Amino acid sequence: MSENEPLLSVQNMEKHFPVTKGLFKRQVGAVKAVDGISFDVFKGETLGLVGESGCGKSTTGRLVTRLLEPTAGKVVFEGQDITHMAQGKLRPLRRDMQMIFQDPYSSLNPRHTVGTIVGAPFRIQGVETEHGIKKAVQDLLGLVGLNPEHYNRYPHEFSGGQRQRIGIARTLALKPKLIIADEPVSALDVSIQAQVVNLLEDLQNELDLTYVVIAHDLSVVRHISDRVAVMYLGKIVEIADRKRLYDSPMHPYTNALLSAVPVPDPKSRKERERIRLTGDVPSPLNPPPACRFHTRCWKAQEICKQVEPPLEELASGHRVACHFPENAPQQAVQTPATAG
Amino acid sequence: MTAPLDVPGSAIEAGPETVLEGAETSVIRGRSLGQIAWMRLRRDRIAMIGGIVILLLILVAIFAPLLVSWFGHPPAEWHREKLDPSIGAPLGTFGGISSDFLFGVEPDSGRDLFSRVLYGARISLLIAFFATLLCVVLGTVLGMIAGFFGGWVDTIISRLMDIFLAFPLLVFALALAGVIPDKAFGMSGDTLRISLLVFIIGFFNWPYIGRIIRGQTLSLREREFVDASRSLGARNHTILFKEILPNLLAPILVYSTLLIPSNILFEAALSFLGVGVRPPTPTWGGMLSDAVHNYQVAPNFMIFPGLAIFITVLAFNLLGDGLRDAFDPKAR
Repeated sequence: MSENEPLLSVQNMEKHFPVTKGLFKRQVGAVKAVDGISFDVFKGETLGLVGESGCGKSTTGRLVTRLLEPTAGKVVFEGQDITHMAQGKLRPLRRDMQMIFQDPYSSLNPRHTVGTIVGAPFRIQGVETEHGIKKAVQDLLGLVGLNPEHYNRYPHEFSGGQRQRIGIARTLALKPKLIIADEPVSALDVSIQAQVVNLLEDLQNELDLTYVVIAHDLSVVRHISDRVAVMYLGKIVEIADRKRLYDSPMHPYTNALLSAVPVPDPKSRKERERIRLTGDVPSPLNPPPACRFHTRCWKAQEICKQVEPPLEELASGHRVACHFPENAPQQAVQTPATAG
Repeated sequence: MTAPLDVPGSAIEAGPETVLEGAETSVIRGRSLGQIAWMRLRRDRIAMIGGIVILLLILVAIFAPLLVSWFGHPPAEWHREKLDPSIGAPLGTFGGISSDFLFGVEPDSGRDLFSRVLYGARISLLIAFFATLLCVVLGTVLGMIAGFFGGWVDTIISRLMDIFLAFPLLVFALALAGVIPDKAFGMSGDTLRISLLVFIIGFFNWPYIGRIIRGQTLSLREREFVDASRSLGARNHTILFKEILPNLLAPILVYSTLLIPSNILFEAALSFLGVGVRPPTPTWGGMLSDAVHNYQVAPNFMIFPGLAIFITVLAFNLLGDGLRDAFDPKAR
């Protein structure tokens, strides 16, 4: 693998969940949870994936880890196409690609001890450890800041933050290269969120990890990510470096999201203009044609309802799918030929 | 009945820093959900009484020959001298109860009722336990497969359950017991009859527990620990038996405890109708059936086997209810 080849590359990935009706399960439609998204993740970086509930973030995570089968498109991991690889062939690759789950209350089996849970990766993958599984598990517990003596305890004896640490210890067991974190902190108290986010960052530096962090909390994503992708209704609408995205967002949807982040200082809050989106997210069963955001966009014109804007690179490393981007460099702004 | 637990040595520790400092050499043992349920059950006095009664019943059934040799007469031994020769009714008060015949004697034959009730417990418990075991094994395996794999597998197994539930079981049992000869499948006599009853009761009652297990599996397989296991590369059978099955042990235990009494009743009903174990082997249902003709002259003949069934069923139900509360205090 060459230096600038991405660790993970997703190309035009789609996932449509069929909607069936009647006795014979006739397919009457499809929920387009993920509808053609592409992104690359490079070694050592953290890609944040943000968007509203139901925009397909979690589905994307599950597609990449092959917990779900993509309908179309390609997933390439370390140069290997794993899109439709059989589970048996995929098993050894799973060591290098692990997942952190959203809900620490449901991601740990209540009937197993912490030792069994954190030791499961070794048993499932048949990995030999130098001083036995118990020692390896205790090292992992120490690594995530838990008492190694808690080996024999059960998950219900821990708090939410501690449980998430147990989940992280399990994820780290096989020393993966890529970790998909699906809302790793959204089920936790704000005070615990910081602990877990900082733990993830420390582990990244220590173990040279690559993250894809799925979250709906923009401040968490800002804190942890190097690059951020914004999703809306199964599509990526904007992807850029963290600084660029937060300082000069181009897509109206990103603008709206950022303006919804609470500002702690009341004085600067007054100066800021808030964008209030009206209406609900349209149903992914029947998404709006062309630009999917046009039903809620204040800049929408006729072209937005007819021509789907491509995800174009308008500045270096900053790609946007919009006909009327904001904060765009002058030369890049296209004047739509026909409007009306 | 189930008060909140005051767990000594609170489970939830402070932040990670303090935890690391306080890392001592003492071995910390966690308390599993099963142990917690056992603690709750021990506080549930009624369930514990049920459990103790069941234990006593099992001991009585196992040591029936010993107890009978101490306090009674062999169950097949006739005592004509204890009967009124003209009408065949027992002599003495209330069916001939005496220190020699603790429950009195049977009309017409003079057999010792005490020993017959004790020996009847063997048959009842034996059939109920094995029939329940068959139900639970079939129901758990098929229910888990249906719930876990879904799709057409689920459709087939679920429809199979519907068919079994719609089956006219009692009529079938009556017919089958009549058709089966005295020797079949390399077995004969009581062994054949007992196996037949175990098969009929067990094979046709599994859908009840099967449905419960299927429903539980459906909800368990959506839990994230199943995804976690799969993302580690676990195979389906590992997920089924290592991740899902341990979570099903509580409902399996509860429903088998509640299934045993209904199977005891079913066995009694079949014996009452004469398709159970053949006389002279004593069964509670068979004794009740015989007692119907004599209840005026010998009420003890009806009361003692009836009481035995009643106490057994009640004890199992009390224990089952207690178990359910202990495992899931919220579902009340």
